[in-house]
Amino acid sequence: MQPFRTLTATAAPLRLENVDTDQIIPARYLTAVTKEGMGKGLFSGIRYHPDGAPKEEFVLNKAEHDGAQVLIAGRNFGSGSSREHAVWALTDHGFRCVIAPGFADIFYNNSLKNGLLPVALPEEVVNMLWDLVEEAPETIIVVNLTDQSVALPDGQHHHFEIDAFRKICLLEGLDDMGYIMSKEAAIEAYEAAPAF
Amino acid sequence: MKVRRPERTFATMDHAIPTRNVDIALWPMDAAIQVRTLRENCEEFGVTLWDINGPIQGIVHVVGPEMGITQPGMTIVCGDSHTSTHGAFGALAFGIGTSEVGHVLATQCLLQKRPKTFAITVDGELGKGVTAKDIILAIIAQNGAGGGAGYVFEYRGSAIRRLSMANRMTICNMSIEGGARAGMIAPDETTFAWIEGRPYAPKGEHWDRAVAYWKTLVSDEDATFDRELKLDANKLEPMVTYGTNPGQGIGVTGRIPTTSELEDPAERRSLLSALDYMGLQAGQKMEGQPIDIVFIGSCTNGRIEDLREAAAIVKGKQVPDSVQALVVPGSKAVKAQAEAEGLDRIFSEAGFEWRGAGCSMCLAMNDDKAGAGKYVASTSNRNFQGRQGPGARSLLMSPIMAAAAAVNGRVVDVREMMS
Ligand code: SF4
Repeated sequence: MQPFRTLTATAAPLRLENVDTDQIIPARYLTAVTKEGMGKGLFSGIRYHPDGAPKEEFVLNKAEHDGAQVLIAGRNFGSGSSREHAVWALTDHGFRCVIAPGFADIFYNNSLKNGLLPVALPEEVVNMLWDLVEEAPETIIVVNLTDQSVALPDGQHHHFEIDAFRKICLLEGLDDMGYIMSKEAAIEAYEAAPAF
Repeated sequence: MKVRRPERTFATMDHAIPTRNVDIALWPMDAAIQVRTLRENCEEFGVTLWDINGPIQGIVHVVGPEMGITQPGMTIVCGDSHTSTHGAFGALAFGIGTSEVGHVLATQCLLQKRPKTFAITVDGELGKGVTAKDIILAIIAQNGAGGGAGYVFEYRGSAIRRLSMANRMTICNMSIEGGARAGMIAPDETTFAWIEGRPYAPKGEHWDRAVAYWKTLVSDEDATFDRELKLDANKLEPMVTYGTNPGQGIGVTGRIPTTSELEDPAERRSLLSALDYMGLQAGQKMEGQPIDIVFIGSCTNGRIEDLREAAAIVKGKQVPDSVQALVVPGSKAVKAQAEAEGLDRIFSEAGFEWRGAGCSMCLAMNDDKAGAGKYVASTSNRNFQGRQGPGARSLLMSPIMAAAAAVNGRVVDVREMMS
C-alpha cells in the first residue's frame, strides 16, 4: 500500500449528500478483473451524458479543478455496496483524500486499505470548504496525517480523528495481513476449541 | 498462499449472471471471464462452489441460510454489503471489501473495532397488507440512510418476534441501507425450527448442544444500548420510496415532503436532487404514480414466502401491456418450490416473465436493465441513481405492493385489494 503522510494539493467540491458507491462506480464496471483504468468509470452517471460527452457543469469536468487530489463531499459518503472498486476509481483518478462530514462504514474501511485517507470534519467546516474552493479553486490544502490536521492558507487548522492503529498502517503503508499473521498461535488456539 | 479454511468458505454465482440463458457462449465477455476465473480458483483452492450449472445456486444471502450454513453465534463475512441479512439468525454478519476478503481467505481473521449498539424495538401488530419490508423502510425513513453508521442494530420487540425467518431476513438485509454494517435478531424457536434438518445444520447430539448454546445468545434484560429507537407496528402502512436513497420513503397514503417542511439545508438539497432525477414533484402522493417495470426478487424479497404473497395478489389478474413485469426467484430451490406450488403459472398467466435465479435487475449487471426515465416498482433494496440501469427510477416497496402495482400499472394501496 502507498503510504500516506502529508498531502499538499488542491481540492474539488462535490456538493452532494449520500453519494453511494453505485454513483461512484456503476455496477457495469465491476466485471473487470483488474483495478487499472477504474478512474474512467468514476462518477460516470453524473459526469457524462448518455452519449459519453462530459457534462460541463460537473465538478470533475471543470478545468479549474484539474489535478485536485482532495475531494470534498457531503454527509454519508460511500454508502451502499461494499465494492472496493469505488475506492480504486477514486485513487485511479488521482484522489488521495476525501473530506466529508461522515462516511459509510464499509467505504471508510476500504479507503484505509488503499491509502485513500477519509477525513471526517464537522458539517460547518465542510460547508466553508465548499465555498472556499468554489471561489478560489487554486487554494492549496495541506492534509497532515501525523498531526491529524487539515490546514488552509489563511492559517486555519482543523483537527480530525483517526484510529491509532489505522494511522500507523497508513503512515507506514502496511496492510493488516502481516499483523494478523503474527497472531498465528492465538488463531490456532481459537480454531482448536469447540464452538459449543 | 492457501485458503486457510476451505471447508468454511463457500462461493456462489449471482451478481453478473444472466437469468434467461445459461449458455455461457452467449454471455457478455467479461461476465464469462469472471465466472471462469471463479471456477478455476475454487477448483485450485478446494472451495465449494455453487455453480450456475449445478442444482444448488442463487443469491448468496438466500442460498447460505437455505443450506443451513448460517447459524446463530457465527461471524459471517462476504464481499457484499447485504451480508447483514444473516443477522436474522443471531449471527454477526457484515459485508467487507475485496482486500478484507483476501485477509479472511488467508487468515480466517479480520481486524475490527467494536461497533456501537443500537436497539430498534418494534412493538404491536402489523395491519393487513403491512409487511416486514414496510417495517424496515419506515425505520430507515425515520432514522436516515446514514443514521446507523458506526452501529450494529438489534431488532427486538413483539412485532419482530412474531415474524417468520424470511421476514426477519428482509429486515436485517436492509440494515446496511440504514447505515449500519450489521443488524441482528436474537435466535428463538422460530430460528431453530428453520435451521433443523438443513444440509449443514448440526445433527444428533451436536444439534442439542448447539441449541443449548444458541439459547444463550440474547441481550441481557437490563442491557443498555448506545442508542434506541421505538416504532409502533400498529401505526405503519405500506411504504413506497420516492427518492434516490432508501431513507426517502413515505406511507402509500402520504405525500412527498416539500422543501419548506425540511429544516436541514443538506436534506433540502438531497430532496431537490432526488426529485429532479426521479421526475416527481414535492408534495405529490405516490399512490397513483404510473410505473413501467415491476421487479420481484433480490436478496431482500426473493424468497418463497415473498413469491407466495405476491402470487396471491396477481392471481387471475392481468399486467397491462404497457408494463414489463418479471419475477426472479432468489435461488434454484425457491424456483423449484414455487413451481411445485404452481406459482410460476399464476405469474405467467398474469403476464409476468418467470426467470432463473440471480440478482438480475436489482443491480443491472446483466442484461436485465431498466431504461432511462423508466419507473420501476421494485422489491429490492436500493433506489440509488442508475442502480437498476442508467437513468432508471426505482420505487422500493414490498412484494405485495409491487404485485399490486404490476396489475394496476400504477402504485396503489394494496390494502384495497385485500378485503
Ligand atoms: S440481490 Fe441485489 S442487493 Fe442482493 S446480493 Fe444481489 S445485487 Fe446485492
